[in-house]
Amino acid sequence: MTFLDDFMIRAALAGIGVAFAAAPLGCFVVWRRMAYFGDATAHASILGVALALTFDVSIFSGVLVTALLMASTISTLSGRGYAMDTLLGVLAHSALAFGLVAVSFLQGVRVDLMAYLFGDILAVSRGDLAVVWSGALLVISLMWWRWSSLLTATLNPELAQASGINPQREQLVLTLALAVVVAVAIKVVGVLLIAAMLLIPAATARIFSTTPERMAFLAVLIGCGSVIGGMYMSFSADTPTGPTIVSTGTALFAAASLVAVIARSLRRP
Amino acid sequence: MRLVTLRQATIRHSGAPALENVDFHIDKGEIVTILGPNGSGKSTLLRAIIRAIPLSAGTLERAENLRIGYVPQKLHIDPTLPLTVERFLSLPVRISPDEAEAALSDAGASGLRKRQMTGLSGGQMQRVLLARALLSKPDLLILDEATQGLDQPGSAAFYQKIETVRQQFGCAVLMVSHELHVVMAASDRVICLNGHVCCEGEPAQVASAPEYQALFGTGTLGALALYRHEHDHSHDCDHDHVGKGHEHA
Repeated sequence: MTFLDDFMIRAALAGIGVAFAAAPLGCFVVWRRMAYFGDATAHASILGVALALTFDVSIFSGVLVTALLMASTISTLSGRGYAMDTLLGVLAHSALAFGLVAVSFLQGVRVDLMAYLFGDILAVSRGDLAVVWSGALLVISLMWWRWSSLLTATLNPELAQASGINPQREQLVLTLALAVVVAVAIKVVGVLLIAAMLLIPAATARIFSTTPERMAFLAVLIGCGSVIGGMYMSFSADTPTGPTIVSTGTALFAAASLVAVIARSLRRP
Repeated sequence: MRLVTLRQATIRHSGAPALENVDFHIDKGEIVTILGPNGSGKSTLLRAIIRAIPLSAGTLERAENLRIGYVPQKLHIDPTLPLTVERFLSLPVRISPDEAEAALSDAGASGLRKRQMTGLSGGQMQRVLLARALLSKPDLLILDEATQGLDQPGSAAFYQKIETVRQQFGCAVLMVSHELHVVMAASDRVICLNGHVCCEGEPAQVASAPEYQALFGTGTLGALALYRHEHDHSHDCDHDHVGKGHEHA
């Protein structure tokens, strides 16, 4: 049985860990229209990879620090005279460009750039797995603990304030969670596709949801489904695993949207 | 009992003062209405009271454990966020379906519990927002132009509901309104704001002001009459000028 091969199990567990953390956070990214924010933070992490290799620290901590820096830079700069989409566009692409330039300066280290850009889920070690699941558990507990406050602050900042919730603090919680998800997902799907792991399961879950909790729960299921389905496809068609996972998720989204459209037209005689 | 006191409050938005040296207070059970042109700092004042923006100078005192029910101007809900009315009422504190139903019926919105928030009409939405504000058993109900986007009979009915709610809950009400006739009928005190407090007093004092009489002619009685008749007919455009008129008051 190929699926019991050790590296496949490790890969599946790592992917599921990322899906567990990314899906509920992805719901907030969708609700708060932060898609580009997630992208910019993820792109900045390639700079983190370069720094980690330069200073010989773990990739996880390098990425976590740059992702945090990037996310807080955006939070600070927003609302200071720049249009948000322009600001994010500038930061997202320049962070990626600077990261790639920085990596090219590294002497003596052979860097497999593709592994960081698109992930290398099949090479997940036991140590990586521990990092992924610690990060995932941290994000899930953060979401669980702050859920009601996060939701209220997402709905309307003044409404939150009147109930004694500080919307800035909730924004900080999301920023922190995003940085952690980016840091753990880089190994699995890579810098360029992290935003997809956040957005696609959440967008698919929206179609079948009447409450926010249901949407988050379904997003986790859909995320896990995409990981397992994508790995299976990648194994049988010999395609790169990270991109195949994202493609599988997209196929689920397309199928769900189609079902929804048909159901709606049937209901309207 | 004093619920909220502002002394010499100044609030600056990127340098320019939105409010300057404002003295304000509201007592238990009182209905206070704030009037003023656009950009006069009405919403800023409300946001300062709920501590959404800090004061640049002056002081804000709130009664201990003051419970505030806040009804925003309007609530935009992103269509990607699935939310039933029942779930909305449970934010941030979980409540039982019975409590939800009771709050909705207090606010005149029974039967909406299972509906999606994004599918509500303007009037239904405002009543659901009111229901949520009532759930905390507020000492002070704050309404920021809560009837914007409602037609005249709709907003008259909404304000009648507010009056009922005040009697039932004994809470103070602080509201921003564009509808002078409602103000005249329902407020204990009116504050005219334009970056600072222009004038304040009982509605009768404001009603005797020359500007007010030029606009309405009939004085408070006429305004009350309008207020009482409004919900009888739904295509009433006689007092379209009311909303615009108050900007000169």
